[in-house]
Amino acid sequence: MSSPILSTHALTGGYGDFQALFGIDLHLDKGEVISLIGANGAGKSTFLKSIFGLLPVAPDMVRFENAPVGGTPAHQMVRKGISMVPEGRRLFTGMSVEENMRVAIDNARMSEAEGPWSRERLFQLFPILKEKRRQPIENLSGGQQQMVAISRALLCQPKVLLCDEISLGLAPKVIREIYAVLPEISAAGTSIVLVEQDVTLAREASDRLYCMLEGRITLSGISQDISREAIASAYFGA
Amino acid sequence: MQWLDAIIQGVLLGGMYAQYALGMALMFGVMRIVNIAHGDVMILLSLIVISLAGVLPLGNIGLIVVIVPIAVLLGWVLQKFILNKVVGADPLPSLIATFGLSIALQNLMLEVWSADTRSLPNSGIASASFEIGGIYLGVLPVLVLMCAVVLTGGLDAVLRYSRFGRGLRAAAADTEAAAMTGVDPKRIYAIATAIAVAILGLAAVFAALRATVSPSDGSAQLIYAFEAVIIGGMGSLWGAFLGAMVLGVAQAIGLRIDPGLGILFGHLVFLAVLATRPEGIMARKK
Repeated sequence: MSSPILSTHALTGGYGDFQALFGIDLHLDKGEVISLIGANGAGKSTFLKSIFGLLPVAPDMVRFENAPVGGTPAHQMVRKGISMVPEGRRLFTGMSVEENMRVAIDNARMSEAEGPWSRERLFQLFPILKEKRRQPIENLSGGQQQMVAISRALLCQPKVLLCDEISLGLAPKVIREIYAVLPEISAAGTSIVLVEQDVTLAREASDRLYCMLEGRITLSGISQDISREAIASAYFGA
Repeated sequence: MQWLDAIIQGVLLGGMYAQYALGMALMFGVMRIVNIAHGDVMILLSLIVISLAGVLPLGNIGLIVVIVPIAVLLGWVLQKFILNKVVGADPLPSLIATFGLSIALQNLMLEVWSADTRSLPNSGIASASFEIGGIYLGVLPVLVLMCAVVLTGGLDAVLRYSRFGRGLRAAAADTEAAAMTGVDPKRIYAIATAIAVAILGLAAVFAALRATVSPSDGSAQLIYAFEAVIIGGMGSLWGAFLGAMVLGVAQAIGLRIDPGLGILFGHLVFLAVLATRPEGIMARKK
């Protein structure tokens, strides 16, 4: 097996004096989709933020393409090839759909022409965005905003995409639309980490699965091989 | 005729206020950093210009060429070493830090320049005027207004269409999300503050040409800049420009009614706008 593109090693972290993560070991191989499930407060979002340089961690705790990158500021992580769809979308208000996209293009690892993702390609994937490209972000529905958030992250031309609860607060039909795009993102060579609360969704969309409880990994394995009972006990604690 | 003259003189005065307000519109309106030392930095730059004029044989243009880079450096240092440490969702830390800076700057200026009022030697431009249809216009105020228009238009275009402008608006909307999209918020804020203070450098030369300055004058300029930004609406540069015009015209009209009423009239109009349209005249819809 080749070495993983992204891995964490006994990663600990939290907010100030409050420790939320207790030694997380996780790896993501090139082209793979993994999902990270867990209840509210299990530490999933904190973990993503720790990987992405938004919370302080030691350099050796996070390795990307075999180099220690823990604690590197987020904007430099983007240059290295990691980008994130943050929880709650966090789009730039007061700016149009296309302006939100252009902020990513301005700061991407490579230009729109060189990289796999361009506005045209994303407009094919999400035709509604082409129609609304000049609209302020506030005028879009939740699902459409999530499409912009995903587009923005992809226009950074990432090698690894971190998705934090992209199904949260969306209608089932919209969730299916958004998840239908993941295989195409994978096919473009991007590895994906999905953080999800919806276990069924997470299991169907991923190759491997990690379950977190109270800041620790309680279960990991091939998504299709893990039984619902095993997930249930890992998810809630036995 | 007298009132038309008051309005025109008010617009010209508004040009000066617009120059004070533009940097404030960028820092307070867009970046949401409350810089209490805004006026004091302008006065500091004015005093530096006046001292420079005493030792260097520079014309007014030469002084601008020298002071603007100094202002850029000052702004960059201000952001890098003070404001970047306190910037965040909460406006209070930046308010407290710059309040302290304001007091320190005022006392530093008193120490260096004493409390005397000073101005740049009159090179003719400050008293030159021309007549249109029975109304006399000062050459300097017209020049100030033209500069204000060009600066507002230029900066507005930069914010709308440049890579830097998009990055700044993104960072102002959500600093963390901007960082996740590859924007370095601290760098972009340092550049923005450098631009804001550079504009103050230009305003400092005009202020020292048109009137006197002394170390304690900063707070009045700060109030005018704040009022212009709030009258116009947060986040809109042309709004701040318009706010400065409203303030200038209100003061000029007040002055015609009674010489003691000018500044009060400006504040009253500000209060009236706050009471009836607190989001400002040109506020962007949320």
